[in-house]
Amino acid sequence: MSTHGIASRGWGRFALIGYCSLVFAFLVLPILAVVPLSLNPSSFLVFPEHGLSLRWYRALWDSPQWMRAFGNSLSVATATMLIATPLGTLAAIGLANMRSRAKPLIVALLSAPMVVPVVIVAIAFYFLFAPLGLVNGFAGLVIAHTVLALPFVVIVVHASLQGFDFELVRAAASLGARPATVMVRVLAPLIAPGIAAGAVFAFMTSFDETVVALFIAGPDQRTLPMQMFEGVREQISPAITAAATLLVIASTVLLGTAELLRRRADRLRPDRP
Amino acid sequence: MTPSISVQPGSVRATRMPRRWWTFALVAPLLLFLLASFIVPVLMMLSRAVTDHELADSWPKSAAALSRWDGEGLPDDALARTVAAEMLATRQAGTLNRVANRLNYDVVGSRTLLYLTADRMAAGAPGNSLADLVRIDPRWANRTYWSAMRHAAGPLTSYYLLASLDRRIDADGNIAAVSREQAVFVDIFLRTFKISLVVALLCTMLGYPVAYLLASLPERRANPLLILVLLPFWTSALVRTTAWVVLLQTNGVVNGLLEQAGLIDAPLQLIYNRLGVYIAMTHVLLPFFILPLYGVMKGIEPSAMRAASSLGATPLTAFLKVYLPQTMPGVAAGAIIVFTLALGYYITPALVGGGADQMISGSIAFYTNQSLNWGMAAALSLLLLIPLLLMVFAGRTMARTVPA
Repeated sequence: MSTHGIASRGWGRFALIGYCSLVFAFLVLPILAVVPLSLNPSSFLVFPEHGLSLRWYRALWDSPQWMRAFGNSLSVATATMLIATPLGTLAAIGLANMRSRAKPLIVALLSAPMVVPVVIVAIAFYFLFAPLGLVNGFAGLVIAHTVLALPFVVIVVHASLQGFDFELVRAAASLGARPATVMVRVLAPLIAPGIAAGAVFAFMTSFDETVVALFIAGPDQRTLPMQMFEGVREQISPAITAAATLLVIASTVLLGTAELLRRRADRLRPDRP
Repeated sequence: MTPSISVQPGSVRATRMPRRWWTFALVAPLLLFLLASFIVPVLMMLSRAVTDHELADSWPKSAAALSRWDGEGLPDDALARTVAAEMLATRQAGTLNRVANRLNYDVVGSRTLLYLTADRMAAGAPGNSLADLVRIDPRWANRTYWSAMRHAAGPLTSYYLLASLDRRIDADGNIAAVSREQAVFVDIFLRTFKISLVVALLCTMLGYPVAYLLASLPERRANPLLILVLLPFWTSALVRTTAWVVLLQTNGVVNGLLEQAGLIDAPLQLIYNRLGVYIAMTHVLLPFFILPLYGVMKGIEPSAMRAASSLGATPLTAFLKVYLPQTMPGVAAGAIIVFTLALGYYITPALVGGGADQMISGSIAFYTNQSLNWGMAAALSLLLLIPLLLMVFAGRTMARTVPA
């Protein structure tokens, strides 16, 4: 099943695999390289030669700035997830059932925050919030991150609804279930993996977001990416590599889980062979 | 359930229920949220690119008088008197700053001229005619300052958009190039396009074979390799850029390894220059190229290739004539995604680029945060957004779906 003709065997195949190995190395090695650097006992950014140490992780733990930044990121991302997930899920259910000529327009509108450069979104919020006094505020950051996270929730939940049999909903309704009951007892359990994946995407969108935060967050809302951005800009220490390692682990675990959930949701499709 | 049966009830249902209003009710909360906190703010921001408020807000009478003036020759004494009065009033109220800054964007030196004139009038110098003003400072006899004021009177202005293209309206009302040292934006736009194009080409060169390899493997073997693409896709751009800064800096890991291997004597400059920008941006954006192309390639039926070879085509001919054309929508989609994301990139050029590698997003940030010239930030954003939306629109028509 694997033959496309060219490079299916022999030297061509060998060259293709060699070339692709280099590209895979380029993709992955820089990310993996921060792990040994973060375990370095010295203050130089070199691979450890004389044993490993958790010194720089300890430094993060002991640093009030890093810990506060972590706490801020956690609360902003959680709030973003809690707003974006229900809004996006409802819209995805609506879109999946919509038979209107307005649908492509609505889809284009919903995906606009993914298309417009983040720096433009950031200054739009900055200009909007500055007169309202929301710059340097928790609420402003959550609203902005929700805007950026919504398209992901809609796309993921919408994809998990493809092929979902809405006759089940109608059947439940015809048996006398109220709409809210249908939603909670019939629809939600069936598309739960999709919703969960959407929620993780929303959380990570906010947790990793740098540009909008740099523009509209004040010193009291300093998030983890802001802390990191300024660390890289000013004085790069091994503590940064420790933070980077933790972030790589966090996003791999969370988004890996989301990907598995998404695939599970995919398998629920009846039209899948 | 044969296809012919399953189609019919669907179409009947569609005609019986032409609209499902409840679907709009479910989408409405999100649409309202996006309208209020995304569409309106972005449009309001962009509107600053074509409107002028500062002078009209601070000097309403002068703005009206300047708009009535035909701009020929020098203004009459009535106009000069109105301007002088409001100049003095705003100086004493402490709000002259807004007008002074706005005029200084256009004609450097306006700021000091306004403050000097206002202070002299506050100290008793008369400001009842043009001649009075010229007596305070001879620059008032120069039409440049008066035309700049007339153009700043609003409410609409072409000043910011022209300035973003290194152009201005001169005293005679013609569009002219700004002085050489002020002309920076066309260069920055061209540089932004060039960097984005190079990154898109690099992603194509690196990504096409990888997508091809993944698509040619059975799923069970492709999945573990796919993780090598997804790992960087999942990791935030900031973390990956940070990794490159650590690796590429002068006493970083790459230079250290090259030195140990005896390949170089002195560290190479790998970062804070264009090379660093290309490396880091290609790394950040490569998964965005591979993933959609992989999706397209997996959907290609191998039967066409088998037919080509059974008809006597060599593997190379079959690839070039049959396979490659079928993958072009995926290549176009991936390249357009990478190009458009690169156009607006901020973090990576800011961290790994030098002064000569800053892209247009850097200028937008500068005018927002540091120079506080919001009209300029809005005009640059508008000029960035227009080609970008055209590209996205072109991309949408070429390939319809993008995997999440």
